[in-house]
Amino acid sequence: MRKFLALASVLLLSACAGQPLRGTGDLGLVIERASGHLTLINTSTKAPYARVEGLGDLSHASTVYSRDGRYAFIFGRDGGLTKVDLLEARIVKRVIQAGNSIGGSISQDGRIVVAQNYAPGGIKAFDAETLELLSEVPAEYAPGQFSKVVGLADAQGGKFAYALFEGGEIWVTDFKDPKKPTTQRFPAGKQPYDGLVTPDGRYFMAGLYGEDGVALLDLWQPEKGAMKILEGYGRGEEKLPVFKMPHLRGWSMAQGKAYLPAIGRHEVLVVDGISWKEVGRIPVKGQPVFVMARPDGRQIWVNFAFPDYSEVQVIDTLSGKVVKTLSPGKAILHMEFTPRGEAVWLSARDDNKVVIYDTASFDKIGEFAAQAPSGIFFTSRAARIGF
Amino acid sequence: MKNLHYFLMIYLSLAASAASANEPSPERAHELVRMVRQDCGSCHGMTLNGGLGPALTAEALKGRDIPKESLVATIVGGRPGTPMPPWHRFLSESEAGWIVDRLLEGFPQQ
Ligand code: HEC
Repeated sequence: MRKFLALASVLLLSACAGQPLRGTGDLGLVIERASGHLTLINTSTKAPYARVEGLGDLSHASTVYSRDGRYAFIFGRDGGLTKVDLLEARIVKRVIQAGNSIGGSISQDGRIVVAQNYAPGGIKAFDAETLELLSEVPAEYAPGQFSKVVGLADAQGGKFAYALFEGGEIWVTDFKDPKKPTTQRFPAGKQPYDGLVTPDGRYFMAGLYGEDGVALLDLWQPEKGAMKILEGYGRGEEKLPVFKMPHLRGWSMAQGKAYLPAIGRHEVLVVDGISWKEVGRIPVKGQPVFVMARPDGRQIWVNFAFPDYSEVQVIDTLSGKVVKTLSPGKAILHMEFTPRGEAVWLSARDDNKVVIYDTASFDKIGEFAAQAPSGIFFTSRAARIGF
Repeated sequence: MKNLHYFLMIYLSLAASAASANEPSPERAHELVRMVRQDCGSCHGMTLNGGLGPALTAEALKGRDIPKESLVATIVGGRPGTPMPPWHRFLSESEAGWIVDRLLEGFPQQ
């Protein structure tokens, strides 16, 4: 018995020695969409440290983090919701929660994870600890008619805001009682394609595909309803084809302004964050997909839809002009800034690599191989409203 | 008899060349498959099980029973009022036809 205890303690000690204590602040993951892999990465060493397999169809997958940055919740296209431990580099739990999912969000208190689904259209809330289903809100906007849900984002006080593509509405669901959610509905406009919550949690915006404009809801005064901003920004001119829908998130806000992708125009639209009036538009190379502010707001990085997706442009927010055009690789699908923005990581799908750039010098400072990489998600998202 | 044989040979070679006029080169076919999986995939899903756009699996397409010409026209010219964009800048009508044929029989993997 004594022998056994001694052996057990040696095993225990060596197990501890194999897993030195560490925090999660500089960790993250890269989604390798073709192979169903995640590559876990470290932004300090600028390198991968582990690979996790068995996550199903990861095309268009997205990720949110637990408050401590240890667990990633991955929403896959096949409706899979997978909880991954970044420290132990393993899947903790995986459920198939829908037929076709597009993303999700986590509550302010970190206790519930909400998935937004295309089919069946609606949202579903899960216990973040166990992934047990708590409740669901079908996006039934008219009797028997269900909508795809887009733009889901966490708002304050256990609320979640999202938009209905076919329904043309913004919904705000309150999960104060996670098993009995209540929902408010607001008319928004034609075909919302994505949405965002501003970094202070106050406004929800839904970009519209079916008309020129953006619906804006003040979550502090929802009773005022959604108003339309940037109305008619296309000035009646014919739209250019959109080969990929842009993605909106709170990264659009910089220096008190919102930098938003135009739809069907090769422009970034600039809106004042108080008056919500257009204050400028910046011509760019192609249809913008991600329009992302560096965390300090000095630069905006823009990538593009097919066929212009092998270039990336950088806007300087002081001069309001494009100051740099980069060709980081073939088919740049996603970008992610390090927590304080000294570097940006970009996934080059068709070059099967991730490249890392210094955002001050625009020099390439690192790269590593990854199979058809798409999304890059760092744990710094854990502490941001709307991520 | 000899004549008939001769006729058959001509007929067969004509049929073969008609097919190959529709058939992209192996390199182009590879590009098209990749394009459908990756770039159409951003809306229809890489597995073609649907996303913002409807599923384009053989089963789903047969279920909706839309004439082939209409599917080709959708790919080439897009569908105004919906997010389906026109692809004529990047593929010819016969290439769109080839894609629809592949979709209807179950689209190849890359
Ligand atoms: C930006 C999003 C988007 C992209 C990219 C896209 N599609 Fe579509 N597609 C749609 C939508 C949305 C529809 C449904 C249109 C409607 O509501 O009638 C559609 C419809 C179709 C249909 C008709 C299906 C049916 O049963 O009616 C076909 C075929 C099709 N797409 C093929 C393609 C191919 C091939 C590509 C790539 C070359 C492609 N699509 C790229 C969004 C897209």
